Amino acid sequence: MEVDRADGRTRNQLRPLACTRGTLNRAHGSATWSQGETKVLAAVFGPKAGTKKNENPEKACIEVIWKPKTGQIGKPEKEYEMILKTTLQSICLLTVNPNTTTSIIVQVVNDDGALLPCAINAACAALVDAGIPLKHLAVAICCCLPDGGYVILDPCKLEEQRTKAFAYLVFPNSLASVRRKGSLQVEVEPVEHGIITSVTRGVMPVEDYLRCLERGRAVSAKLSEFLRRSM
Amino acid sequence: MGPMNGSGDLSSEMEVDAFRRLFPLWFHERHLLESIRPDGRSLGRARDTTLALGAVASADGSALAKIGCTTMLAAIKMEVMTPTVESPDEGCIAVEFHMPPICSAIVRPGRPAEVAPVVSKQLSDTLLRQVVMTFSGMIDLKDLSLVSGKAAWMAYLDIYCLDADGALFDTALLSAVAAFCHLKFPMVSLNDDGRVVVVSGESKGGKSGKEAVNKEQRKLNLISIPFSLTCTLHNNYILADPTAEEESIMETLVTVILDSSLRLVSFYKPGGPVLAFTSAVM
Repeated sequence: MEVDRADGRTRNQLRPLACTRGTLNRAHGSATWSQGETKVLAAVFGPKAGTKKNENPEKACIEVIWKPKTGQIGKPEKEYEMILKTTLQSICLLTVNPNTTTSIIVQVVNDDGALLPCAINAACAALVDAGIPLKHLAVAICCCLPDGGYVILDPCKLEEQRTKAFAYLVFPNSLASVRRKGSLQVEVEPVEHGIITSVTRGVMPVEDYLRCLERGRAVSAKLSEFLRRSM
Repeated sequence: MGPMNGSGDLSSEMEVDAFRRLFPLWFHERHLLESIRPDGRSLGRARDTTLALGAVASADGSALAKIGCTTMLAAIKMEVMTPTVESPDEGCIAVEFHMPPICSAIVRPGRPAEVAPVVSKQLSDTLLRQVVMTFSGMIDLKDLSLVSGKAAWMAYLDIYCLDADGALFDTALLSAVAAFCHLKFPMVSLNDDGRVVVVSGESKGGKSGKEAVNKEQRKLNLISIPFSLTCTLHNNYILADPTAEEESIMETLVTVILDSSLRLVSFYKPGGPVLAFTSAVM
């Protein structure tokens, strides 16, 4: 039973993805990422010398500035900054350049749903463009649960507002099969099944959340393929 | 403390406190090997929690919550306002979370803590969660309405952090929920001009022009009460209810919020990969 979404997609279908790198020529690294109508521009400056006051000087420091499309910077922007910062801190190799600061500026060009995952993908692509050493890439996806109890992926703004719960999930990039298949297994689950970040809004039963996770993981493989091809 | 292989002969000469300050990660890992934490708790145990209702006498509802040393004071003041045109029978709640410099050494008067607006936003999301089709928040805003289209309650919820020692969101949520439980609506009556004013006295027999709009002082109806738990993950150890020291050295922090019908309200985990997570959901 396939449900017809407003723009004619099936449940598991993502919007058309587009990624361009090197859009800004003064920044050390930059990328634009768009998923359907949602478009985010990310720029990376760094590493610059010195860390901020309370940060550990033995590691590199990451600073995120989020610029909304309109309006002043308020609490939602600060929350996005914090989520982006902790997510990117976990994928960067912080010990390579100690006592430096890398600034990532995220500018929202258009918001049509799934804004945070789009921004995380854009920031990742910009970091690659700048040449910052990373452990692996991160792919972000938004899953939402409308009333029917099934999971739909990558909602547009209308769907996001009407749904009762949604989750932003970030997974690590699946490793390319340069190594043998067996070496991808670490302990019980393969490395790419870890969750880097999960932010949920709205009430949902626990089983629905686990279903979102499975669906998200399956799609993250597709997304990382796209990311690899566009690099 | 016995000598550790890594630090060589330093640790045998050093005191416990100095070791704790200089090598916090090793200090905690030694404890984790024995499945215990520096303050004597086991890995899955939360700190002692106390809750006091009515801490602020002048507010309409208030509560003081303590989880271990983390202390939060929540107070609610009610005010009458005219509702918006789009939702004429709904009230409004404004949530503010303050971290004054008293709470911790890293907060300074000119520089607000960067965690403060994040906690504030998370709180307002949890308490309100307005959705057009279905309601899933704790409070139904229609409960806050007085006269449809003309008057509705505006609740100002202020939460002050008095001591920040880890698990800030848990304590803040606990104090906010308790303050709402303790909330009593003040009595109001309709003025001659058609405006609603607050009546301070208890006497029922007022002047002929005034009529009490809500005759009895009632309490707010809470739909489903959310509970939250913050845990840190470190190398396959899951520590429940971390203190500020543990939070600062462990990289990943997970906050799970469940409501009284055991549905997941939020699973908040910024940064840091985790391999096996199902145990953390418990």
